[in-house]
Amino acid sequence: MIELIIYGLVHGSIIGLGAIGLTLVFGIIRFANFAHGDLMSAGAYLALFMVTSLFSWLGVSDNNFGPLSFGWRMLLAFPISMLCVGFVAILLDRILYQRLRRKGSGPVMLAISSLGAAFIIRMILLIFWGADSLFYRPGLLRHALELPLGIKIRPDQILILIVVLLLITFLHLFLQHTKLGKAMRSMADNIELARISGIDTEKIIMLTWGIGGALAAAAGMLYGIDVRLNPMMGWNFLIPLFAATILGTIGNVTGALVGGLVIGIAQQVSTAYMTPTYKPAVAFIIMILILLVRPKGIFGGSSR
Amino acid sequence: MEFGGIIAYLTSLVIEGGIFAVFCLGLNIQWGYTGLFNIGIAGFFCIGAYTSAMITMPAPTGLYAKYVHLLFGLDQPFALGLIGAAVICGIVAFLIGIPTLRLGEDYLAIATLGIAETFRLIFNNEKWLANGARGLTGLPQPLHDLIEPRYYNYIYLIIVVIVMILIYLLIERAIRSPWGRVLRAVREDEVSAAMSGKDIFRFKMQSLVFGAMVMGMGGALFAHYTKAISPDMFTPLYGTFIIWVMLIAGGSGNNKGAILGAFVIWTIWMGTHFLTDLLPYTLKARAPYIRYLVIGILLEVILVWRPQGLLGEEKRVSKMFE
Repeated sequence: MIELIIYGLVHGSIIGLGAIGLTLVFGIIRFANFAHGDLMSAGAYLALFMVTSLFSWLGVSDNNFGPLSFGWRMLLAFPISMLCVGFVAILLDRILYQRLRRKGSGPVMLAISSLGAAFIIRMILLIFWGADSLFYRPGLLRHALELPLGIKIRPDQILILIVVLLLITFLHLFLQHTKLGKAMRSMADNIELARISGIDTEKIIMLTWGIGGALAAAAGMLYGIDVRLNPMMGWNFLIPLFAATILGTIGNVTGALVGGLVIGIAQQVSTAYMTPTYKPAVAFIIMILILLVRPKGIFGGSSR
Repeated sequence: MEFGGIIAYLTSLVIEGGIFAVFCLGLNIQWGYTGLFNIGIAGFFCIGAYTSAMITMPAPTGLYAKYVHLLFGLDQPFALGLIGAAVICGIVAFLIGIPTLRLGEDYLAIATLGIAETFRLIFNNEKWLANGARGLTGLPQPLHDLIEPRYYNYIYLIIVVIVMILIYLLIERAIRSPWGRVLRAVREDEVSAAMSGKDIFRFKMQSLVFGAMVMGMGGALFAHYTKAISPDMFTPLYGTFIIWVMLIAGGSGNNKGAILGAFVIWTIWMGTHFLTDLLPYTLKARAPYIRYLVIGILLEVILVWRPQGLLGEEKRVSKMFE
C-alpha cells in the first residue's frame, strides 16, 4: 500500500506539472485548453526524435548516467523539447486562438478550436510514429532500489520527483518575484484592470502559452521516462488534468499540484481494488464528486 | 466500378450520412440552440448502440452462451430498441446534468468527455455485461425477411431516412414553439432569460436530455446497420469529433444545416478514402490518420473563416411574425 502511494506520488507529480500549465491558461486566458494533453505527447515525442535520431546523428554519447535510464542525450533533449513545445503553444495561439479572440468568438468556440488542435497534433504524431507504444530506451531492465519498509522505487522515479520540485520552485519564484510574473497574476485576477494598468495583455497571453506548453512538454517527457510513450497518452491524461485543475481551483498553481497529487495517488491506490484500466474513470469520479460538493475546488472559498 | 456497385456504394453513403445526421440533429438541440458544450457524444453513441442491441437480441443459450456473455437479451422488435436507447440515454444525460448544468459551460464539456470514456471502459472491461472487448455480433435487422440479404440496404436506407425526417420535424416543431425560443434566450443571455422568470437549469436540462435521446436513437440506428458493435468503435475520434465538425460545417442553430453538414463531411470523409489509395505503399497503413488530419484542419479553417457554417442560423424562427 505504501508502495502504491509512492507510485501515486510520482504519477501525481506528473499530472500536477501538466495541470499547472492547464490551470495557468484556464485562469489567465479563461480558456479550457483541450489540446493540453496532446502538447504533453508532442513534448515526449519531440524528445524521442532527438534521443533516437538527431543526437545519434550528431554523435552525442549514448551512455546512461549511473543507475538512471538515460544520459546526455535526454539531458539535452529535455530543455530543447520544452522550448519547442512552448513555441508550438504560442504558434497555435497566433494561428488559431488569437484570430478567434479578435472576432469576439466565445470561450466555447476557443475550446472547440483547441479540440481540433488536439486532433491535429495527435494525427501528426500517429503519422510519423504509428500507434504502438515506444520507449526512450527499449529493452532495458529497470532496476529498483530497495528502501526500508520493503518499498521498491526506481532511480528514475526519484529523479522525476526532483525535476518536478525544481520546475515548480522556479515557476513559484518567477510568479512571485518578477514583474512579468506579477503581471500574469494580476491578469488572472482581473483582465480589464490589468489592461488599464498598462499591462500588455497580448504579451502576457503569449508568455502564459509558452510556460504552459513548456511544462506540458516536461510532464510528457517525464511520463515517457517513467512508463512509455504512446500517441494516446496525452488524451488519456486530459481527464486527470482537468480533474486536478478543478480540484485545486482553476487558476491556482499550488492547487493544481495538490490536485494532481491527490488524483495520482487515488488512481494508483485504486489499482489494488480494480483493474488498472479503470484509472481514468477514478479521476472522473473524483471530479464529479468535487463538482457536486465544492465546485470551486479546495482553494476556492465557499461554493456558489 | 460497374453501375450496380456505384448504386450500392451510394446507398451505404446515404445510410451512414443519415445516421450521422441524426447525431448532428441531437447535438444541434444541445449546442446549436442552447449552447450546451457536449463533447461526449461517443458516450451516448455507445450507450444507445448497446441498449438497442440488448433489447433486440435474444439471450444467448446453449453452447453459444459459453462464448457470448450478455447480461440480458430481451428479443424485442427494433422499434422498442430505438425507444429504449433514447430512454436510457435520456436518463444518463439527466444524471450528468445534475452536477454540471449550474456551472460554466466548460464543466459540462469535461464531464461529458469523462462519461464517454468511462462507459467505453465499462463495456470494455466488464465481460458479463455485454461480452467485453469482443463486443456483440449478429444484431437483428428490422424487416430483413422482406428482401434478399444483398438488397437489404435499400430497406434500411428507407428506415434511416424516415427516422431522420421524423426527428427533424419533431425538432423543428419544438424549436419554433415558445419552448424553443426560451432555449435560444438561454443561449444568448442566461441572466436576462433568468430575469424574465425562466428556470435556466430546467430548460438546459430538458435540452440536454432531448438531445441525448436523439443521439441514443442514432446509436441504435448505427448498431443495427453494422450488425456488430464493440467498445473500440466509440472512441472520441470517430464518435465525437467528426460529428462536431459536421454540425459546425453545416451551420449550428440550423437543422437543415445539421443534416447538410453530416452528408457533406461524410462525403468528404469517404472521398479522402479514395485519395489515400493514391498514397505510396509505405504510407498506406497510416492513411486513416492523414484523413483525420484533413478533417481537423478543415474544422480550424471553418472556425476561423466561416464560423457560421454553410447555412448559418435562421434568425427568425417563429411563424407568428412576418
